[in-house]
Amino acid sequence: MLSRVAENIYWLARYVERAENTARLVRVSSHLELDTPRGIAPGWLPLVEIAGLHDEFFAVEREPNERNIVRFLIGDANNPGSIISSLAMARENCRTVREVVPRSAWERINELFLFAKENTQSGLTKGGRDAYLEGIIAGSQGITGLLGSVMYRDAAWHFARIGRNLERADMTTRIIDVRSADLFPDDLLESRSLDTLQWISVLRSLSGYQAYRRHVAIRVSRSEVLVFLFHDSNFPRSVLHCVDAVDESLGELEDKGLPMRRTHGMQRHLRRTKVGELDQSSLHEFIDELQVDVMKLHAAIAEAYFPPPVTLEASA
Amino acid sequence: MPIELKEYDPGAFFDEMMAAKNRARPLAKQLIGLFRKMDNGELAGRQAAAELAIKEMGVTFTVYNEDEGMIDRTWPFDIIPRIIDHAEWEKIEAGLTQRVRALNLFIDDLYHEQKIVKDGVLPAEVLKDSKNFRPQCVGVKPPLGVWAHICGSDLVRDADGTVYVLEDNLRVPSGVSYMLENRLITKRVFPELFESYAPLPVDDYPTQLYETLVALSPRAIRRPTLAVLTPGIYNSAYFEHAYLAMEMGAELVEGRDLYVEKDDCVYMRTVSGPRRVDVIYRRIDDEFMDPEAFRKDSILGVPGLMRAWQAGKVGLANAPGAGVADDKVVYAFVPEIIRYYLDEEPGIPNVPTYRCMYEEEREYVLAHLDELVIKPANESGGYGMLIGPRATKAERQQFAQLIKRNPRNYIAQPTLGISTVPTVVGHNLEPRHVDLRPFILSGKKISVTTGGLTRVALRKGSLVVNSSQGGGSKDTWIVDTAG
Repeated sequence: MLSRVAENIYWLARYVERAENTARLVRVSSHLELDTPRGIAPGWLPLVEIAGLHDEFFAVEREPNERNIVRFLIGDANNPGSIISSLAMARENCRTVREVVPRSAWERINELFLFAKENTQSGLTKGGRDAYLEGIIAGSQGITGLLGSVMYRDAAWHFARIGRNLERADMTTRIIDVRSADLFPDDLLESRSLDTLQWISVLRSLSGYQAYRRHVAIRVSRSEVLVFLFHDSNFPRSVLHCVDAVDESLGELEDKGLPMRRTHGMQRHLRRTKVGELDQSSLHEFIDELQVDVMKLHAAIAEAYFPPPVTLEASA
Repeated sequence: MPIELKEYDPGAFFDEMMAAKNRARPLAKQLIGLFRKMDNGELAGRQAAAELAIKEMGVTFTVYNEDEGMIDRTWPFDIIPRIIDHAEWEKIEAGLTQRVRALNLFIDDLYHEQKIVKDGVLPAEVLKDSKNFRPQCVGVKPPLGVWAHICGSDLVRDADGTVYVLEDNLRVPSGVSYMLENRLITKRVFPELFESYAPLPVDDYPTQLYETLVALSPRAIRRPTLAVLTPGIYNSAYFEHAYLAMEMGAELVEGRDLYVEKDDCVYMRTVSGPRRVDVIYRRIDDEFMDPEAFRKDSILGVPGLMRAWQAGKVGLANAPGAGVADDKVVYAFVPEIIRYYLDEEPGIPNVPTYRCMYEEEREYVLAHLDELVIKPANESGGYGMLIGPRATKAERQQFAQLIKRNPRNYIAQPTLGISTVPTVVGHNLEPRHVDLRPFILSGKKISVTTGGLTRVALRKGSLVVNSSQGGGSKDTWIVDTAG
């Protein structure tokens, strides 16, 4: 498989996953907003922080209110992390690898992009937002499911899987980081129903609420949620599960020495950290380290498989 | 409201479906019969359904727009198929096969002995001033002696019903993917007509193309590595490059994916290291293909590709230099070329063509600029032309100057009354002008697509069918009416 194609497939999968995660995040925040009493809602700014787009947001908007933030995250074509930009990039990447991905996958991605583009206005209204986000989530999952059910298990498939899981691991850590920061950090205060409500919203943003209740506990507690989201390798959005999946796919490729050293390091790092016992600042530190790990893993994969970056000298 | 066919009037032109006002040709009877029963709202509905399908399938072409830069535009398609009788098609097919066989012999001769020039059939100056003659190709012997493996020839039908070859595209002809996609869409839109007409299938093309290409492999291995070389996603035909690569199970590569080693072999950069490429279906013009051999500033090409091809280490289709026969002045000599190499009369005539390089013909052209179409020798896509009857006096004067300054570079043809086909306009059918581009594959044998790509000028009265200039396309059916 061509190095360039590998890179495009990897990004294609990352962008689809990113669009889905952003849609989840906005949706769960909208629901949370409805559940919390007036005046003490955590507000919308954390969403911009989760996406790592603080500077980008304040470059175009002054007021971090619901309307501006939702517009920025859903439909702002100039925001590289918005749903519309993610899907546009997914589509562009797919266009360059059309011969490798199943034809129906290209059609679904194209359709989803068109859906997102044509319905942006209704997605920005309070009444239309939920249906819009549901459309994005269902569409993204449809694409992921389609790739899973029809794609030949060759290198192309593994690069898609690696991209998707790296993006997912990254997003899970970001969501925990930002959402837990505005929670009351002490387990002592855990009985407070609003706090519980926020942990439920974290689980919901990651589609983990149902699984958590079924397999972990009915009561939602901080330490158990953290263990579930970092360590439970049976939950497909847990950080460990994502890293395991990347590791497994790397195992199917050649020249995997450096990237696999990274995944093994991450697995060890995750396993030896007792996340349930971390206080807020150690948790934040741990997440910072994991995000650096994710970046280094990406760099190792790029170094091992992707084409060298085009320099002006090389093209002259 | 029913569809109004009484108002359908092709005027002085030959209409492919209607013999006269309100009288369908025999091969169009069932189609027209269906329309007579159909509500015009349903017609518009089916057209809209087809357009939606195209959009969702992502069938696109790329155009340059001053406001938005490069944009990916949905392929314009008209749902009414153009139907050709099988008996007529067989004659066309034979004519095209003959033509391409002669053209390949011609190209091979030009890069070797140039007998046709020595024998005085082709004037030496035509060759001397040819922009697409590549001295780098002289003496090279490509596999099977074939240079133009894929040729797209444009056919038109004049008012009296005669079919002419308007031009041959031997460099990187495009459109075949749209031919295949159009058929898929028509199957969705008019399933009932497929039962009564049973048009001959077109979907064999990718397999034939694959076989034509792998026959060029320098290595006798079971599955040679085949790559489609594209300039990238901003090329107007990128959709087609990806489509054909996908259909053939080939790699779609850009110049930067490939490199030539000291052993003169071409390799691609893969995730498991270098892999040798055996055959390249290149969709990049000669000039941009290899900065070592041609334009130094090309960043689309692969340095050393010519060297690899000359050494016989990689198959290239079309072969570099095949475009020499693409020249419109060479076109004017094709009937002589056919007679010279095959000793046969051309099966399909050329459009009568005046060659401005000959004084007598030039004088005629200059005196009749208001009646003729003037074409430069080496442009495609309808650019750089003068359509005499529609041009202003100033434009005609400008072209008169151009011709006098460089007579070798211009040909002139009478304005043809090219034929029409009913086309959906709003809720009704109106005649629109069409041409036809069949694709001819040459390898161990020569094969012609079943029909080809019918291009239609969607603007009323327009004769320009190019997609970059407001053209669309139709499905083309070859139908047996004898049985």
